Amino acid sequence: MSLKLTTRQVGDVVIVDAAGRITLGEGSSAFRDTIKDLVNKGHKKILVNLGEVTYIDSSGIGELVSGYTTVSNAGGQMKLLNLTKRVHDLLQITKLYTVFEVFDDEAKALASF
Amino acid sequence: MPNAESTPEILYDQYLESTLASVDASEEAAKSVAERLGYDEEETYHIGYAVREAVVNAVVHGNTYSANKRVRLRMERSAGWLEVIVEDEGRGFEESRQADPLARENLLSQSGRGLLIIRAFMDEVDIGRTEAGGTRLRMRKSLPAGG
Repeated sequence: MSLKLTTRQVGDVVIVDAAGRITLGEGSSAFRDTIKDLVNKGHKKILVNLGEVTYIDSSGIGELVSGYTTVSNAGGQMKLLNLTKRVHDLLQITKLYTVFEVFDDEAKALASF
Repeated sequence: MPNAESTPEILYDQYLESTLASVDASEEAAKSVAERLGYDEEETYHIGYAVREAVVNAVVHGNTYSANKRVRLRMERSAGWLEVIVEDEGRGFEESRQADPLARENLLSQSGRGLLIIRAFMDEVDIGRTEAGGTRLRMRKSLPAGG
């Protein structure tokens, strides 16, 4: 399954619902383009919902980091929601758990911005 | 006289084009081999993931997507182990020259994590050179009980 990305706005936060695989190629470039597009439109509070992401390779992890940097450099915040165990494990292995703010409850995530 | 314990059994041995399609195919092939050997779902995911990352490195960094270069993926079962070998036709790889992806100053780097994850998911990983000077990545995972 390739990556499907949909966005919805709750207050001043944009939630990016991702589903499928974020891997080198189409998946990672689609994610990158979505985040850049949101930043270019002036959005500064972005919550990435990874609950339906079944697989993310090291390139996809790189795109998460790149997105985080892009949003931060624009004066905004990008946070993560609903990690699967596998994505959680990858963030532990790569120490990115120390970088990202991660939530498993959407309401709490929204309130944190 | 050779026996099943000492003679590696070739499970897969293919030369792949330096394309992203080969990356997907290698992951699927590795998962198929792992399932056949009796690894559980999580171990199968780890093996498929490690092979995918190794082939990405070979395609992207080793062969730089060259249409004239191939990636060799070989999987074999030897005494107690699944062994996977990925070879490219690039100019070789010096791991000591790679930035530590876990160093604080590198945490926000976009790339450089593949090998770290391969090491986390496999039991043994060894990087060397092919006779032609390309990179040979050899990784092993102990077979499941009864495998």
